[in-house]
Amino acid sequence: MTERTTVDYYGRPVIKEPVWKAEIGWYFFLGGMGGASSTLALAARLAGRGVLARRATLVSALALSACPPLLIKDLGQPARFLNMFRVLRPTSPMSVGSWMLGAAGTTAGAAAGSDLLGIAAKPGEAARVAAGLLGPAISTYTAVLISDTSVPVWHEARHELPRVFAAGAAASAGAAVMLATPRSERGPARRLALAGTVAELFLTHHMEKELGTLAEPYKRGRSGWYARTAKRALTAGAVLTAIGRRRPRAGQVGAALILAGAACERFAILRAGNASANDPRYTIDPQRARAAGPLKS
Amino acid sequence: MDEPQLTTESWPQSYDGQAQERMGFFTDTTVCIGCKACEVACKEWNLLPDDGFIFTANSYDNTGALGSETWRHVAFIEQDVPLFEGEEDNPMRWLMSSDVCKHCTSAACLNVCPTGALFRTEFGTVVVQDDVCNGCGMCVPACPFGVIARRERDHDGRAWKCTLCYDRAKDGLTPACASACPTESIQYGPLDELRERAAKLLETVKADGFAGARLYGESPDDGVGGFGAFFLLLDEPEVYGLPPDPVDPTHRLGEMWRSAGVAGAVLVAGVAAALVGRRR
Repeated sequence: MTERTTVDYYGRPVIKEPVWKAEIGWYFFLGGMGGASSTLALAARLAGRGVLARRATLVSALALSACPPLLIKDLGQPARFLNMFRVLRPTSPMSVGSWMLGAAGTTAGAAAGSDLLGIAAKPGEAARVAAGLLGPAISTYTAVLISDTSVPVWHEARHELPRVFAAGAAASAGAAVMLATPRSERGPARRLALAGTVAELFLTHHMEKELGTLAEPYKRGRSGWYARTAKRALTAGAVLTAIGRRRPRAGQVGAALILAGAACERFAILRAGNASANDPRYTIDPQRARAAGPLKS
Repeated sequence: MDEPQLTTESWPQSYDGQAQERMGFFTDTTVCIGCKACEVACKEWNLLPDDGFIFTANSYDNTGALGSETWRHVAFIEQDVPLFEGEEDNPMRWLMSSDVCKHCTSAACLNVCPTGALFRTEFGTVVVQDDVCNGCGMCVPACPFGVIARRERDHDGRAWKCTLCYDRAKDGLTPACASACPTESIQYGPLDELRERAAKLLETVKADGFAGARLYGESPDDGVGGFGAFFLLLDEPEVYGLPPDPVDPTHRLGEMWRSAGVAGAVLVAGVAAALVGRRR
């Protein structure tokens, strides 16, 4: 869209931009990493790889324990954070997600505590199972949360965003666990990081293609910078991680780049929401096309 | 009470016989004179702080938009465009419209609220409980009209919007804006009555030669199930800064969770596949 043909009111936004600060970008990144790490820990335990299972559990407990402080800090009334648990509202992804995050964080922490202190082995394993099963939900519900808004770049990507979030979670969990695990045991984490990164690169490209002109925030401004940086870091990270089995030093640099790239992609998505909300064309044009209907157009 | 039009997910049934008639606003923009008495009366009654003394140069609109501290907003559209058919030689129109929360039948803000701070009153309106809201910000981008906003001044941090003067309604009083409106552009009453009145008025206005006249928000089949506060406009909604086809995003929540379910399942499969192979 180069020329302004949309009828609007002095160029003013129709909808309000999201009020979420950087904490929420970090939460998207760490929540995804923590959720997918829990699942990796459970799978590693079932496959009889104890070292990998314990390291992945530790990563997930650390990542998920950082989430509540970030979320509380972003609230307009942080002292009222317990109101999140006042009710459970199925129509509110934030309500459902708060309960799931509470459960996932508690169980991942319990499993990590059991591992580290060498106590309560059986409850620890049960907690690892529970956290592992919640992992995929923690990794993807945030995509539902932002899709369930009137922000065009989010709502119109409601089918693509959960896939992008799942891929990013796999990439960052794989990369973080890879860095936390001894070389002799890190193979599965490396493969998960690589597959997740390739999937994230492909799926973000697909999402932007499907969005058409609504994807402009991923090409311009602050969100565009994050998106470009994410693609570069993820591409370089994938290449280095691919050769990382024989060259562990390259693999570690690759994992760090994947973490940086996955974080940048979360900020690209978060800030694309602000840019998308602030330009009335993105709100009005698709609605006008819809309202005109197939008969009249 | 007769079978009401525009029933919501919780009103009237959840009030167990104590539900009142669904009350609403009909804003007839053809008689709005842009006096902003509604804006002032709203601020006075609801003790809303000022929203800045800013000169926008957008006709007489120095208010800008609805927000946490602005629950009525008069839009001014001053253009060299003919108002009536046959005035193409000397085109000039000055449209004015007092915007407000739509009190949607299917309200996105209410649906996405995680704390239950937003609720449906016995009058079928949508209100924030300021002692429950924790300022999570979820309702702000959910609203398809950009109505609800978080108040940032004085570390308030909570979401605020029009209550349709819930306190006054409980005492059978007309909301402050409608009481102050000198031309009855803002009409308050049982929604069913307002809808009947508006349909008749639209015919009159069209017969008078306002080609672009239309009701906005009266259809129960729109994306928010019809507005509790609807409008008679003289041009397309986007001319007034309103969305032409607003949708409550939670209507599509099922498909969103299904997409997330598939993505989560693929994630599990990917993790399992990664464990097949070498340890290193």
